[in-house]
Amino acid sequence: MALLEVKNIEVYYGVINALKGISFEVNEGEIVTLIGANGAGKTTTMNSIMGFIHPKAGEILFEGKNIVGTPTHKIMRGGLTQVPEGRRVFAELNVYENLMMGAYTSKDRSSVKKDLDNIYSLFPRLEERKNQMAGMLSGGEQQMLAMGRAMMSHPKLLMLDEPSMGLAPILVSQVFDMIKHLNETGTTILLVEQNAEKALAIADRAYVMETGAITLSGTGAELAASEKVREAYLGG
Amino acid sequence: MELLITFVNGLSLGGIYAMIALGYTMVYGIAKMLNFAHGDVIMVGGYMILLFLPINPIVAIIAAIIFCTVVGIVIEKVAYKPLRGASPLAVLITAIGVSYLLQSVAQIAFGSASRFVVIANLGTLKIGSLAIGYSTIITLICSMIVMIGLNLFVKFSKTGRAMIAVSEDKGAAQLMGINVNNIIMITFAIGSALAALASLFFLLKAPSITPTFGALPGIKAFTAAVIGGIGSIPGAMVGGLLLGVIECFAQSVPAIAPYTDAIEFSILIIILLVKPTGLLGKKRREKV
Repeated sequence: MALLEVKNIEVYYGVINALKGISFEVNEGEIVTLIGANGAGKTTTMNSIMGFIHPKAGEILFEGKNIVGTPTHKIMRGGLTQVPEGRRVFAELNVYENLMMGAYTSKDRSSVKKDLDNIYSLFPRLEERKNQMAGMLSGGEQQMLAMGRAMMSHPKLLMLDEPSMGLAPILVSQVFDMIKHLNETGTTILLVEQNAEKALAIADRAYVMETGAITLSGTGAELAASEKVREAYLGG
Repeated sequence: MELLITFVNGLSLGGIYAMIALGYTMVYGIAKMLNFAHGDVIMVGGYMILLFLPINPIVAIIAAIIFCTVVGIVIEKVAYKPLRGASPLAVLITAIGVSYLLQSVAQIAFGSASRFVVIANLGTLKIGSLAIGYSTIITLICSMIVMIGLNLFVKFSKTGRAMIAVSEDKGAAQLMGINVNNIIMITFAIGSALAALASLFFLLKAPSITPTFGALPGIKAFTAAVIGGIGSIPGAMVGGLLLGVIECFAQSVPAIAPYTDAIEFSILIIILLVKPTGLLGKKRREKV
């Protein structure tokens, strides 16, 4: 059984059909990526999974249970969370407080302390800046913080929406290394990216989205080698 | 020395405004709505004190706080929650409707004539030729304690931080597992409890109540919240204290005393012209 199974979901914004019945799955332990141009429906897909948008039709099964219609905070408590596009750290809280918000649902203080130390060792920069307001951090640091904050809740499935957006090339590589590391230490990843090259390089499997539908799928390596993908997303 | 007394009176009155302003500003920050029925919750608290005063003043105060908290939660659940996601105008008009509803119910239950509510006669403190009411001093101290306590609660408790998170980014807060509906309910509960305390202090100052008891203090506290920067907790405190001090100084000068309310609202307009976000209000964060 797949950890996440999306079955034929359709989403409308008014009369605009944003998702035309898309289906895909994420198995435990995988990195799966959705690539595609702006407006293809990648973020809409993620927001539907997370319960921010309610699909008109279709099912979203997480650990075999349909989560369509479940409030976002309950979906999150079930072990599925998202690092949203644009990071969305809490600017009025400092770095430490942001990380602690990630552990909001956790009741065990000593394990929270351990998780915090773990995040600090993964992202030493965050520890250096723990008393700084999150709004004052650079884009790269905010991305680290958003990822660290999401990891504080020990998600079974972590969804990342455009984590490399707006970052300098060296930081982009760091972010992808970190995603790979999180996956190797046991977190299943669903990654939405416009940086198709980097995303395909770390993905086990990938799906290509175009105007609300999935048009291609395969392993990361297959798609990276595919003529069509190279032309459209990898600059020939 | 005369000026000092006026200043202390002003801080004391301002403390009450600040307590009410906190209710407006917290609800605005978290639910993004103007709860114009908030002033009338003060009135509800006043009548509860009237009702339970024969038993014991302390019981009356506790009863008022509990009842107002419940009223606040019920208003949110019944009137505002179904409108979540509706246009702000619909919510605003509903709030005005709730305000009239509360006033009308009070009028049916207690009549429109003014009722006396003498909680306690605390006397005055005399220092030489100067006199200051003990009620003024108690109000000042209590409002300071409440404000400091609320600040500590918001800054250091888990629920308080969740409130900051929700006010900043509802979506991201949900991704932390925060139940936004619960946080909104807690915010209404706290605001209403503060309104009940405000009714107590108003009655200590002037012991009479009518069904429109909460209207003017409500509008003034709302003004204080806007002066301070709506949505900002320290802003509500600063705005409340400032408004109270201005009011007392204006009233102490016979020539301008009749125009006190006009002066207060003019200051609001001037501050908004110079700084549209209010004194401590922040500019809306631009999304990158």
